[in-house]
Amino acid sequence: MKGEEGGDSSPGNSSPEVCKKVRTQNTEDSEAGVASEFLDSDWARLPQELLLHIFQYLPLLDRAYASQVCRGWNQAFHMPELWRCFEFELNQPASSYLKATHPDLIKQIIKRHSNHLQYVSFKVDSSTESAEAACDILSQLVNCSLKTLGLISTARPSFMEVPKSHFISALTVVFVNSKSLSSLKIDDTPVDDPSLKVLVANNSDTLKLLKMSSCPHVSPAGILCVADQCHGLRELALNYHLLSDELLLALSSEKHVHLEHLRIDVVSENPGQHFHTIKKSSWDAMVRHSPKFNLVMYFFLYEDEFGPFFNDEIPVTHLYFGRSVSKEVLGRVGLHCPRLVELVVCANGLRPLDEELIRIAKHCNQLSAIGLGECEVSCSAFVEFVKMCGRRLSQLSIMEEVLIPDHKYSLDEIHWEVSKHLGRVWFPDMMPTW
Amino acid sequence: MAPNSIHWFRKGLRLHDNPALREAVKGAGTVRCVYFLDPWFAGSSNVGVNRWRFLLQCLEDLDASLRKLNSRLFVIRGQPANVFPRLFKEWKISRLTFEYDSEPFGKERDAAIKKLAMEAGVEVIVKISHTLYDLDKIIELNGAQPPLTYKRFQTLISRLDPPEMPVETLSDSFMGRCVTPISEDHGDKYGVPSLEELGFDIEGLPTAVWPGGETEALTRIERHLERKAWVANFERPRMNANSLLASPTGLSPYLRFGCLSCRLFYFKLTDLYRKVKKNSSPPLSLYGQLLWREWRGNPICVRIPWDRNMEALAKWAEAKTGFPWIDAIMTQLRQEGWIHHLARHAVACFLTRGDLWISWEEGMKVFEELLLDADWSVNAGSWMWLSCSSFFQQFFHCYCPVGFGRRTDPNGDFIRRYLPILRGFPAKYIYDPWNAPESVQAAAKCIIGVHYPKPMVHHAEASRLNIERMKQIYQQLSRYRGLGLLASVPSTNGNGNGGMMAYSPGEQQPGTNNNNNNSHCESTQSSSAAQQQQRLQPPQQPPQQQQQQQHGRSNRHSHHSVCVCRLDTR
Repeated sequence: MKGEEGGDSSPGNSSPEVCKKVRTQNTEDSEAGVASEFLDSDWARLPQELLLHIFQYLPLLDRAYASQVCRGWNQAFHMPELWRCFEFELNQPASSYLKATHPDLIKQIIKRHSNHLQYVSFKVDSSTESAEAACDILSQLVNCSLKTLGLISTARPSFMEVPKSHFISALTVVFVNSKSLSSLKIDDTPVDDPSLKVLVANNSDTLKLLKMSSCPHVSPAGILCVADQCHGLRELALNYHLLSDELLLALSSEKHVHLEHLRIDVVSENPGQHFHTIKKSSWDAMVRHSPKFNLVMYFFLYEDEFGPFFNDEIPVTHLYFGRSVSKEVLGRVGLHCPRLVELVVCANGLRPLDEELIRIAKHCNQLSAIGLGECEVSCSAFVEFVKMCGRRLSQLSIMEEVLIPDHKYSLDEIHWEVSKHLGRVWFPDMMPTW
Repeated sequence: MAPNSIHWFRKGLRLHDNPALREAVKGAGTVRCVYFLDPWFAGSSNVGVNRWRFLLQCLEDLDASLRKLNSRLFVIRGQPANVFPRLFKEWKISRLTFEYDSEPFGKERDAAIKKLAMEAGVEVIVKISHTLYDLDKIIELNGAQPPLTYKRFQTLISRLDPPEMPVETLSDSFMGRCVTPISEDHGDKYGVPSLEELGFDIEGLPTAVWPGGETEALTRIERHLERKAWVANFERPRMNANSLLASPTGLSPYLRFGCLSCRLFYFKLTDLYRKVKKNSSPPLSLYGQLLWREWRGNPICVRIPWDRNMEALAKWAEAKTGFPWIDAIMTQLRQEGWIHHLARHAVACFLTRGDLWISWEEGMKVFEELLLDADWSVNAGSWMWLSCSSFFQQFFHCYCPVGFGRRTDPNGDFIRRYLPILRGFPAKYIYDPWNAPESVQAAAKCIIGVHYPKPMVHHAEASRLNIERMKQIYQQLSRYRGLGLLASVPSTNGNGNGGMMAYSPGEQQPGTNNNNNNSHCESTQSSSAAQQQQRLQPPQQPPQQQQQQQHGRSNRHSHHSVCVCRLDTR
């Protein structure tokens, strides 16, 4: 192939393949003609836009090989459009099975492309080193105008092990420089109220999504500041202790756009923990302001900690009970969650949930997905439940052990009945008899 | 010239329903039954003392049964590939028989031996009797692909003819003129070794809870069937505290080693059902235990970014997690070699997606070492399933390391039995002793953190983190953009997507390819323009992608350099 070699010798195999790919797309010439023309071909003169388009199909490694072929292709490799998105993978061999982004590549990116970066995420493993490396990179993104930033722990939350000041200062660099952050994912990090203030001061017009579950250094006041100033916020994820009536009212204020999605994790730190209540009027305000919003709540509580919940109507749409939840609470769910779309119950005691399910079928008219783990329901009640819900149940994930055969139905009969009412073939979920 | 045969025992350690053995004897002049043992591996292998003991007991039993037919078992020290050529010559062998082994490692080994045999002019006869069905036929029926889900597997099974009947037990009359030449020094040369000879220190070793051997297996199956008919009326027995304990009617290790023919079990079960239920047709669920071990479905393995943490793994393996329910189960596993299948779920979940977020492959290795009935594929498949690395399976149900145990055995007797240090705790606190007031701990003579470890994770926090992670991973794979947890897992039932679609501003712009090297189990050619039907294929990716994919043995990570030696490969 004519054309100038750029830099180091080509690693080899990929480039002919790349040529082949392009060639078959352009094969109009006859085979005979092509042979001589090939050497003299337009490869070197392929317009940059086409190269860009092709390069976008290639994974980074193949693109890197291609960039070694000639100067033109090398230039194309460095076009800004190819560097808008990047996911830094920071792993140590001692703590992860995954490969890490090569340090040289990271250096190159910071040197040549940091001002092209717009959508950036960091995936770190459970080692503190990886989290610190992420912070180091963040600190260097000075002339970056990020739209998206995600800090993701793939195993244990290692950002929490980084010295808080180091983390905060790194994050602040991005907040201050970006000025147009639209989406921010900082779950399980030591972010705090002051840094949220910095976020707000610089990005209040553009912030649309904020995910910060399990950020223990943030207080309700801190998040309230965000809601007050960032009127474009459409998605918010946080822990229950940050939720307050004021927050909900701020999110429902006239200046605020419609909220699309509010995700709340309710996690018990110590047994017998007390949780505050949210007034019904606050929820009502939310629904009035954003009638279509989704409220997703994940509960990880002991059975006796549910006192403050489900005593009044609550507009929850997606409900997950990660630990055992009592019959009584499920009964209250049936009464007070008219907007419920999905209900997933990991476990319950060993008393049948017949009445509770029927009640849910009756009152939760939007319910289209239900999952039951370690629970019990009599077959008759289950069939009744499915009959009442009918075809709106698009997800029905019931462990086989949940269904208790009774005088009306055996296990083998039940799947026919249920399939009939659902309008499709249905089986319970199986666990292997290992 | 009547042939001289060798029957090669690997699994199938029985004289009943052994078609390959019968082929060895049929019309032969001499027959020798061999079993290969590589003693050098015993000490260093990833196989614990219980499994070795079980095997040796099986071999003793075989030897005893063969003696009644004027034959003996030949235990050969060494590797089949090295020893067979010599044996072919020395014994003038012209026929070799063995039971088909569908395990990946077994297939490799057998291919090599078949080649050797061919070179030596030895006829090789292989018979299927470790499984109910011919697994290749199933794959054929499924369009040359292994069934991806267990449900699919069950559907295929229901279309097949029933399994073949078990063949008759080897008897004197069948032996006929066929003899086994036995030398005076047979015991020295070819006798079954003892545990000490294999390098185990047996001082203080309690008697086996699960005694090995065909004789024991056949006794058990009768007891098992009596119990089934009498107790459950074939209904699924409810799990209770007693179920956790080893049962004298338990059969899984015997099925795994082949002391008990699965076909015999199948037909006896069927007969009994028909008798009790007056000739009605047994449902597929009756054979649950038998069918699960047949499913070599090669489920699509989702690549999950597990944590590498040897310290945490060790705590789990050595029953030092600080969660009595988990620790008691792991203790029973180590001491006896068997735990109830729900107990397996509990500890597997705890290790992987529930709490510790450690790779299922690590857990599988521990089970392989300790569990008597750990058939490699079943073990791997089950682990993959339990850790929710198997693509089509829901992951929402998490086994609480406190609650699940408490619901199963409210009094905590199981805990007290295997963790005597906790005997003093009342039922209220025995599952979460760290919550017990100091006075209770003092009265129990067990201070948490001193006499028994503190819990190694905060379960609520760990579950929160893990379920979110699983959801993200699955959503990325299934391209589901909604909010539903259940809909994140693609369904082969055609359930479709539930939940409401959420607007996700600021998500990655489609079209710009950012991914450098880690896409979970998909083709790396992702782009908006190429919005192909991203249906996952069984892993067939370019070499650089193969980090954690199929459970095929040859695809293990290079850093898993442990030689997992298996008993039946000698």
